Amino acid sequence: MFLQQLVTGISVGGIYALLATGYSLIYSLLDFSNWAHGEVAMIGAYVALVVSSSLGGMPFVLASMIGIAGAAIVSYLNERIAYRRIRHNNSPNMFLMIAAMGLSTVYQQAANLIFTGKYRQFDFRLPVSTVQIGNTYLGVLDLASLVITAVILVGLIFLINKTQFGLNVRAIASNPYAAKVLGVKVDRSVASVFLLAGGLAGVAGILYGMKYNIFPTMGNVGLKAFIASVIGGLGSVPGAIVGAIVLGVIETLVSAYVSSSLRDFFSFALLIVLLLVKPSGLFGVDVQDKA
Amino acid sequence: MLDVLQSINNFLANLLHLNSYQQGIIILICVNIIAVLGMSVLTGFTRLFSFGNAGFMSIGAYAAAILTTRFNVNFLLAIVLASAFAGLIAFLLGSVTLRLKGDYFLITCLGFGECVRVLFNYTKNLTGGSAGYTGIPGYSSMFFSVACTILAFYIAWRFIHSKYGRNLTSIRENEVAAEAVGINVYRFKRMSFVFSAVYAGWAGTLYAGYLMYIVPSSFNLTKSCELITTTVIGGLGSLTGSVLGAIIVTVLPEIFRSMAEYRMLLYGIAVVLVIMLKPSGLYGYKEFSFKRMILWFKNLPQNMRNLPKKISAKFSGKKADPQAADNGGSQEGGQS
Repeated sequence: MFLQQLVTGISVGGIYALLATGYSLIYSLLDFSNWAHGEVAMIGAYVALVVSSSLGGMPFVLASMIGIAGAAIVSYLNERIAYRRIRHNNSPNMFLMIAAMGLSTVYQQAANLIFTGKYRQFDFRLPVSTVQIGNTYLGVLDLASLVITAVILVGLIFLINKTQFGLNVRAIASNPYAAKVLGVKVDRSVASVFLLAGGLAGVAGILYGMKYNIFPTMGNVGLKAFIASVIGGLGSVPGAIVGAIVLGVIETLVSAYVSSSLRDFFSFALLIVLLLVKPSGLFGVDVQDKA
Repeated sequence: MLDVLQSINNFLANLLHLNSYQQGIIILICVNIIAVLGMSVLTGFTRLFSFGNAGFMSIGAYAAAILTTRFNVNFLLAIVLASAFAGLIAFLLGSVTLRLKGDYFLITCLGFGECVRVLFNYTKNLTGGSAGYTGIPGYSSMFFSVACTILAFYIAWRFIHSKYGRNLTSIRENEVAAEAVGINVYRFKRMSFVFSAVYAGWAGTLYAGYLMYIVPSSFNLTKSCELITTTVIGGLGSLTGSVLGAIIVTVLPEIFRSMAEYRMLLYGIAVVLVIMLKPSGLYGYKEFSFKRMILWFKNLPQNMRNLPKKISAKFSGKKADPQAADNGGSQEGGQS
């Protein structure tokens, strides 16, 4: 029973991790929390849903790819149209966050108007069977999503630590001005990071939609992911992954053993307490506020 | 006491030919104005950001509801106590969280707001849980709400234009410099946070007294976002702008009833556009003045002639001339 909860927790945490790494990447580059990130995941899920249901014979994997691409494009457009302008205005970082909040409202309401608040599901289903190991039963969907997220996250860490792109990103994160002087194309790298983060969010949205339902306010899962990235330390990708898994496991255990209506209370309380004990999160570096 | 207010209210309503629906809108406008004024002091003048103000609103609303129904406290005293209680909670929360930098503070506010909502849902004996709390006396008449709003605006105006308000503005402009000239940044941030929470609580008590029925879910994250949205549209750093913003945001959906479902969508778009094109909002760093309005009308023909140039400059992202440039830089902050 406990092992079963643990695996469910880790697989939920994996979905959070896909989103949380996006928050972390963007925070490390631009020092702001991209509130519209959860909504990008929602858009990915809806695009996949529309493509897979309107074009009947299309394999689900292809529809998911299109959904992921859709999410990546929306994320890119956010940066290209809104955030870049605001950055170039030399506005305080808070304005980026307000804009992101506005965008998140726009997407959520637009989805509500287009698709109504109805709960939808993909036509495609993984068999609702379970795998028996010893005397615990593990859901196939949980295991599948666990494997997918693990593969993607390993790829992401490789991308950041071992490639030229990752080097550029790390350079900008450490000092955008110096990076620019040394010939890193800051705007282009930032845009690619938004594409990447949007794609990850799309994967998260589709997995979340398969596990639960697809609905306009499903972007609120982004809030959980944000908390996860704060627990891990804003701006740290490994931290975000660890934080997400910790959060997923704690949530699952609390709803299994304490009370499911107090689940959110526990995760928020954990967040506040953690921040009081360790103000920069588990893996965060102590960021000096730029004056 | 309630009777006297009620009869004044009826007299005024007859005088102005307002039916109960119109009175209701005015009360809601007042509730929003008070909450947004608090938000404006916090976000517009101190540049702190809180997603938890709906939580303070619900604390005020529930405290007033419980005081008036369970303990038969006079409603005026209940409003004062409930707002003070919201302020006390903010003081305690701010004491521990305001030392966190930037987004970490914000996320604790968000977490706090959600915690409050979940707790009120959970404590069924005290708050009625998700079924709501009924039987609150309807003390928020139109006259009373308007009187409260005027008082709230007066206090906020005096606060912003006092020594304390100027300290807050200096923290907004440059925290390090403010600290260097001897302002206790932490203390003033906390003061601003408590101020905004008291206002949110006050708005909550009026809200409870108008609807006579409250549920935790009406004070969710969306409500907090709405307050921020209104503040941004009205103008960061302008109290009159916030009032105007609150009026517009509340009245427009009532006028365009058929458009009501597009309400939040349009507000979202408005926020993004305001932040992109005119980050200072409707009024930005200026307060409403008749003198400037007359001047504006006088210069209208010339301004209209320059308008195409201005717009093209905005969209090409270049600053054509210093007059047209209205960037988010806040050199002129604090002027009135």
